Amino acid sequence: MSLPSSPSDPAAVRLTGVVKAFGSGDARTLALKGADFTAAQGELHLLVGPSGCGKTTLLSVAAGTLEWDEGQVDLFGTRLNDLSPSSITAFRRRHIGFIFQQFNLITTLDLVENVSVPLLLNGTRRRDAEDKAAALLARVGLAGRERKRPSQLSGGQQQRVAIARALVHEPRLLIADEPTSALDRETGHQIMDLLATAARSPGRSVIIVTHDPRTYSYADRLTEMEDGRVAGVHHGPALKDFISIHH
Amino acid sequence: MFHLALRMLLGDRAKYIMLVGGLTFSALLMTQQNAVFQGLLSWTTSHMRNMRASIWVVESRVEQVNETKALRDTDVNRVRSVSGVDFAMPLFQGVLKARATDGSEKLVQLIGLHAGTLFGRPTKMLQGDLEQLRMANTVVIDELAAERLGQSPAPGAPPRPLQPGDVFEINDREARVVGICRTERHFFGYPYVFTSYDQALQFAPRQRKMLSMILAEPKPGLTAAEVARTIQAETGLAAYTVPEFERSTINWIWKNTGIPFSFVTTIILGFIVGVAIAGQTFYSFVLENLRNLGALKAMGASNALLSGMLLLQAYTVGLIGFGVGVGLTAAFGFAVADKGQPPFLLQPDSVVRTLFAILIICTLSALLGIRKVARLEAAIVFRS
Ligand SMILES: Nc1ncnc2c1ncn2[C@@H]1O[C@H](COP(=O)(O)OP(=O)(O)OP(=O)(O)O)[C@@H](O)[C@H]1O
Ligand SMILES: [Mg+2]
Repeated sequence: MSLPSSPSDPAAVRLTGVVKAFGSGDARTLALKGADFTAAQGELHLLVGPSGCGKTTLLSVAAGTLEWDEGQVDLFGTRLNDLSPSSITAFRRRHIGFIFQQFNLITTLDLVENVSVPLLLNGTRRRDAEDKAAALLARVGLAGRERKRPSQLSGGQQQRVAIARALVHEPRLLIADEPTSALDRETGHQIMDLLATAARSPGRSVIIVTHDPRTYSYADRLTEMEDGRVAGVHHGPALKDFISIHH
Repeated sequence: MFHLALRMLLGDRAKYIMLVGGLTFSALLMTQQNAVFQGLLSWTTSHMRNMRASIWVVESRVEQVNETKALRDTDVNRVRSVSGVDFAMPLFQGVLKARATDGSEKLVQLIGLHAGTLFGRPTKMLQGDLEQLRMANTVVIDELAAERLGQSPAPGAPPRPLQPGDVFEINDREARVVGICRTERHFFGYPYVFTSYDQALQFAPRQRKMLSMILAEPKPGLTAAEVARTIQAETGLAAYTVPEFERSTINWIWKNTGIPFSFVTTIILGFIVGVAIAGQTFYSFVLENLRNLGALKAMGASNALLSGMLLLQAYTVGLIGFGVGVGLTAAFGFAVADKGQPPFLLQPDSVVRTLFAILIICTLSALLGIRKVARLEAAIVFRS
């Protein structure tokens, strides 16, 4: 699926008035209560807020992995509301890279095989996919370990593999939910460094959910959530102020 | 992606071995029991292959070849006079007591053949001369009879199978062996003893009616089936072609014995064992991989692709299990082939049926997983 280039709308991700409820009856929780969210191309965007405020839910809706109840979702000028589920799947396959808190590497596959998955899903031939995967592994500092299994690596190394996997098909949107929370502080910083250098690129939007104020300084822009809504957006000097307050 | 599906399957050694093992066991159980059953069924009609006649005329109530109800002597001529019958010969058959060389008594299947033509003669003579059956008190016996009746003459001495020239007793009358032949094992397991029709009447206890069956051939240009119909219409006797009598015999076994039931039960059990082991193991394989499958789904793997991967995994273990199971069955067949016990007949169509059953088992197992995966929300991978 090719994307329309929309110079009039430089936004990569635009959520407008999104409502999402889980469960029904007494058990019904409103996770998103009319959230408005925008992320721009070329920026590393952090999404922060207290536990349970709806960050993961918002990220899932923005990534097209979770259906929502009300509101509009536009990705690079394509309105997801108008797409069928299978078109949304195809959209994700082509344009979105994922990094998970628990890495979610396939333990029975070696590193190259794990990293080649997004390319294979997009129909790349196996040989080409593995070559490209090996190049990405080198880029995240894991050259020479192509045929190792994930279980032979440390947590930080596994997350590097996950980053390689998320970038290998050159997605326009990179989504990461707390990519450092399963890692120690030092390793977490290395992973954020890697994301800030390897993932950030002019046509790409990187959205990272984080709990850790020490990672705020990596942000080009930061969205604060509270109770299912966006409570504030910070960038430039305001972001610096926000960071200094939270340190 | 499909090569990765296989790598994921092989990567989980324990489940892989469990799956292949369960499906092998299931395939083995189904194929082996089916082969023994088919072998047993083939025994029920072996008598026809030993006699080789195109048309079998029997008493009207007889439904299967291993059953005899005596006919009147005059029936032979009645059949001969039916138009379309080229020739018809009398046959005596009866189970009689014979005395082995150690004095013990064994039951034998005595066959009396028309002396002039020896029609119904054994298919393969191993020693001696069949023509000598026309002399008094002579018999041709099969290998089984030679072995059973040729016991060790004195305690401790090695058994010595009977040979041409040896003498033993049938029903207290002397019988001289003039030949050894090869037969297919009779359903009841009795060894064959061939003699002339008139001689058979001497061996057998005297009864009012002694004719067991009539073997007939159609005139050239006529089929056995049409001549059999004419014989039936004109004499009121039952007349079967070989395929008809085989079918009727096997039907009789199905209707009147518990044999098919017990085999079919075991075969169904093999299928259920396959479903239980393969289904359960495969489902837990899918459950353990659920996070991976969810991640694949988030990354844009369609339900169709994931279903294809699961089917490939299931069919792979299925085909391996099928191959090993059928291979073991064939090995079993070779091992028992010499002994001739238990019955064993591995036919291509029963192998195909096993393959089909295994594929059904694998499809069912994969479907359980596919259902789980289809309902899986891609978003679960964001939950820890
Ligand atoms: N699958 C679900 N079923 C029911 N309720 C859910 C589900 N997912 C989320 N919720 C609820 O929706 C609300 C928002 O959850 P969400 O996971 O988006 O928060 P979060 O900001 O990511 O929290 P955390 O920082 O703890 O990860 C919470 O009240 C949560 O209990
Ligand atoms: Mg969360």
